[in-house]
Amino acid sequence: MSLLTLHNNLNTYLVIGAMLFGIGIYGLVTRRTIIGMLIASELMLAGASVNFMAFNRFTAPDPVVGQIFTLFIMAIAAAEAAIGLSIVVAIYRNYTSIDTEDLVKLKG
Amino acid sequence: MNSSFLMSQAHALFSADGLAGLIFLIMVAVMLIGGLMACTSERLVRCVAGLVVCFVGVAGIYFYLNSPFVATMQMLIYVGAVSVTISFAIMLAAPEQSKKIGPSGPLSGPLGFLTAGLIFAGLAVLGCRAVWPVKAKINNGGMEAIGLQLLQDYSMVFELVSVVLLIAILGAIILARSGRNN
Repeated sequence: MSLLTLHNNLNTYLVIGAMLFGIGIYGLVTRRTIIGMLIASELMLAGASVNFMAFNRFTAPDPVVGQIFTLFIMAIAAAEAAIGLSIVVAIYRNYTSIDTEDLVKLKG
Repeated sequence: MNSSFLMSQAHALFSADGLAGLIFLIMVAVMLIGGLMACTSERLVRCVAGLVVCFVGVAGIYFYLNSPFVATMQMLIYVGAVSVTISFAIMLAAPEQSKKIGPSGPLSGPLGFLTAGLIFAGLAVLGCRAVWPVKAKINNGGMEAIGLQLLQDYSMVFELVSVVLLIAILGAIILARSGRNN
C-alpha cells in the first residue's frame, strides 16, 4: 500500500477522524476562554462527521444515510454555535470577561 | 535499479490516480495544520483562521469520500457561516487585553497533550484493528438519491431540524439581548 493510494482505505479516514477528535480534546483541555473551547468542540464534531462519512463510503449498504446524518450534524452544530456564542456575549455583559477562571459565581 | 524505481514512482505520481492521491495528502496536511493552529495559537482571531483552514481540508476529505454535496455544504455552513459567527462573537465579547490566551489549569501542557494523544491512539488503534463488515451498495449515493431520501424516509427529521434551527435563532436573540441595558 503506497502513500498515493491511501485515499481508498477505510483505516486512513478512521485515523483522520481520530486525529481531529484528539486535536479537539487537546484544545478543550488547554483553552482558557469559552470561545476557544467552543472552537475545539467544533473540531471534535468535525472528527465525528468524518467518521460517519468514512463508514458511509466504505461499509454501509445505502451510501445516502451517512451523508444525510452528516448534514443533520452540521445543522445541529450551527445551532449549537449560535446558542453558545450568544451565551458568550451574555456572560461577557455580566462579568466583562470570557476567561473561565473568572466565572466563579457558583463556586460557593 | 534505484533510478528505475524512482522512474516508476514518478510515473505513478503523474497519473490521474497518483495526482488524486497527492491532492488527498495535501488536503490532510491542510486539515492538520489548520487544526493545530486552531488549538495552539495565542490569539482568538488566529484560532478562527485556523478553524477555517481546517474546515477547508475537511471539505476536501469529504470530496474524496464520494460526496461532493456534503463537501459543498461544509464550505457553505462551516467556512461561510459558523466561522463568521465566531468572529462576530470575538469582536463583541473579547476585549483587546484578554485576547491573549495562555494555557492554564492542571491539564494544560504535557498532561493535556498526553490526554489527547491517548484518546487519539486508542481511537485509531481500535478503528484499524476491528473488522468492519462490508455490504454491497444499493445505490450510488448521488445528489438525486439524497434529495429523494430527505423528502421520503427522513422528511420528519428534516422538518424537525428546521424547527430546532428556528428555536435556536430565537433563543440566541433572547439570550444576547438580556442585560443589554447595563
